[in-house]
Amino acid sequence: MKSPALHMLLALTSLVIMAALSLMIGASDMNLGAVIRGEGDDTLILLASRIPRTLAIILTGVSMAISGLIFQMLTRNKFVEPATAGTAESAGLGLLIAIAFFPAAPLLAKMSIAALCAIAGTLLFLRILDRLPPHEPLLVPLVGLMLGGVIGAVATFFAYQADLLQYLGIWTTGEFSGVLRGRYELLWITGILALIGYLYADQFSIMGMGRDVSITLGLDHRTVMWIGLIIVSVTTAVVVVTVGAIPFLGLIVPNIVSRIMGDNLRAAVPWAASLGAGALLLCDIIGRVIRQPYEIPIGTIFGVVGAAVFLYLLLGRQSHAVR
Amino acid sequence: MPSDSALPHTTVPKPRLSQQTKRLTLLALLAVFAVGLFLTLGVPSGAWEFALSFRAGKLAGLILVAFAIAASTQLFHAATRNQILTPAIMGFDALYMMIQTLLVFGLGSMAMLDIDPMTKFAAETFVMMAFSTGLFLWLFTAKSRDLHLLVLVGIIFGTLFRSLSNFIARMIDPNEFVVVQGAMFARFNSVNIDLLWVAIALTALTLPVLWHMRHQFDVLALGRETAIGLGLHYRRVMLSAFAIIGLLVSVSTALVGPVTFFGLLVVHLAYRLLPGARFAPTLLASSLVAIVTLVGGQAIYEHVLGLQGTLSVVIDALGGITFLYLLLKGVRR
Repeated sequence: MKSPALHMLLALTSLVIMAALSLMIGASDMNLGAVIRGEGDDTLILLASRIPRTLAIILTGVSMAISGLIFQMLTRNKFVEPATAGTAESAGLGLLIAIAFFPAAPLLAKMSIAALCAIAGTLLFLRILDRLPPHEPLLVPLVGLMLGGVIGAVATFFAYQADLLQYLGIWTTGEFSGVLRGRYELLWITGILALIGYLYADQFSIMGMGRDVSITLGLDHRTVMWIGLIIVSVTTAVVVVTVGAIPFLGLIVPNIVSRIMGDNLRAAVPWAASLGAGALLLCDIIGRVIRQPYEIPIGTIFGVVGAAVFLYLLLGRQSHAVR
Repeated sequence: MPSDSALPHTTVPKPRLSQQTKRLTLLALLAVFAVGLFLTLGVPSGAWEFALSFRAGKLAGLILVAFAIAASTQLFHAATRNQILTPAIMGFDALYMMIQTLLVFGLGSMAMLDIDPMTKFAAETFVMMAFSTGLFLWLFTAKSRDLHLLVLVGIIFGTLFRSLSNFIARMIDPNEFVVVQGAMFARFNSVNIDLLWVAIALTALTLPVLWHMRHQFDVLALGRETAIGLGLHYRRVMLSAFAIIGLLVSVSTALVGPVTFFGLLVVHLAYRLLPGARFAPTLLASSLVAIVTLVGGQAIYEHVLGLQGTLSVVIDALGGITFLYLLLKGVRR
């Protein structure tokens, strides 16, 4: 790459354009002139709905992409991400438990319970991974998907019995249409966590070389692993609680970035962040435009796009290996 | 078993054969018991006539679904030479639902209302058979593919189909999406009775084919090279296997909706009960296990525990754990 700075500038410019589009598009017409003149409801729409929504999308995209990157370092596997390895399902189960047993608790408390469950689920997954042989890389995502499926089934059963089935949709399909001022601010936590992840990027890179190598290199492996685990789990829990799970985002973004940039995590983080935010913005704009005035939830659109890209990554890898 | 006695050079020793017969008889008795439970449990006195005729239809549907899932899973295992992946885990029930929503989307819901439901079902099944056969052949006739890759690709295809049918359903009419979403859970307690006769007819079509080809499926399970070496018309047998799988998946999905892990569960129980048995006796065993689990489970669930509709969730959780166990066991071997 000749001039990374120029490329980054291009990426950020397109991000700004998409964010501006995201501010302008929506079910109710909004006139920029009217906002400037301070007329009617237009300012309210902009401040209460459009800006929170766009911020929520960017925060989610950035933090999911970075936590996917960290998760892949934690597991030392390119084909996993928190949303398909039991973390998101555990967070959803935690949310259901919180709603069922502490219905009056504030959202922050419910989110904390979800985060604790997400940490427990991720730990369980890492525990299982320790038992898997290192030469079977594709077994890792498989086990993750199945673990997620089992935890999801437990959550479904629980939801059915506790008559909370309608809450199940909250975390199974990510959607930004419910984002309003006052209902997304928790997502700023993920922004802070993403920043911490960036500061620890070099440590995570070393951790990705394995326990023995990283300890030899003088890394406090245990502490770094816990930092990564908490960043990933809490980010996932916050996203699940506020907008719902968006599968594949944390998986395909780091893969695309590492195909272009290699495995230098510190250099990859800004790219993953902007690509994550851009992909999410684009899909959300498509979801808003394609079937106006209705909206198609971003989780559905990303399920289609993400699954197709993941299939391409998997099968493309195969044909590389054969040749 | 007649299938084994029909083989002159069978290598199965005599004592095992009798053990096989014993276990199959036991399973058959259990299945009869489950059917009896389902028909008679908790019927209020004086309502016998109504209850029996009402439950008989549901029973026929459940037995049909049990057979369709067991047979399609086992056939899939033979054709793809793996015992982990199943058509349901690959999301072929989701593919069927996607075809359903696509047809509504393409023809318009008004046009769909005019078509007789049986014709519609037959048409969907036909499209499903063609589509799934093409996809299976593309994925599974490639020469050497890593099993874990195939399983992973299969599961991701499942996600893709599910998201796509969600997507198309939303494109039709977001207000009616709730109705579609309701159909995305399996519902053993409300079998779709309207389609029962055409479903029975379609499934009955597969029986003579399955019986006629049972030995060929045994050879198919030996793998591509061996099967061709033994003189099997490999491509044709694969094609028929995948066409039958497509049909059976359509039948079970149309009747009760998607059930992810049920097939894996019952077929592996059958493998355990009749170790090393051939295709036909194993199919009988897995169908009987499926009937016992589904009919018996539904009877107990509905009339003893008084729970509605969550049997599929319990089965899915158990099946998911079985799947994890098989994966991890396969590694250690």
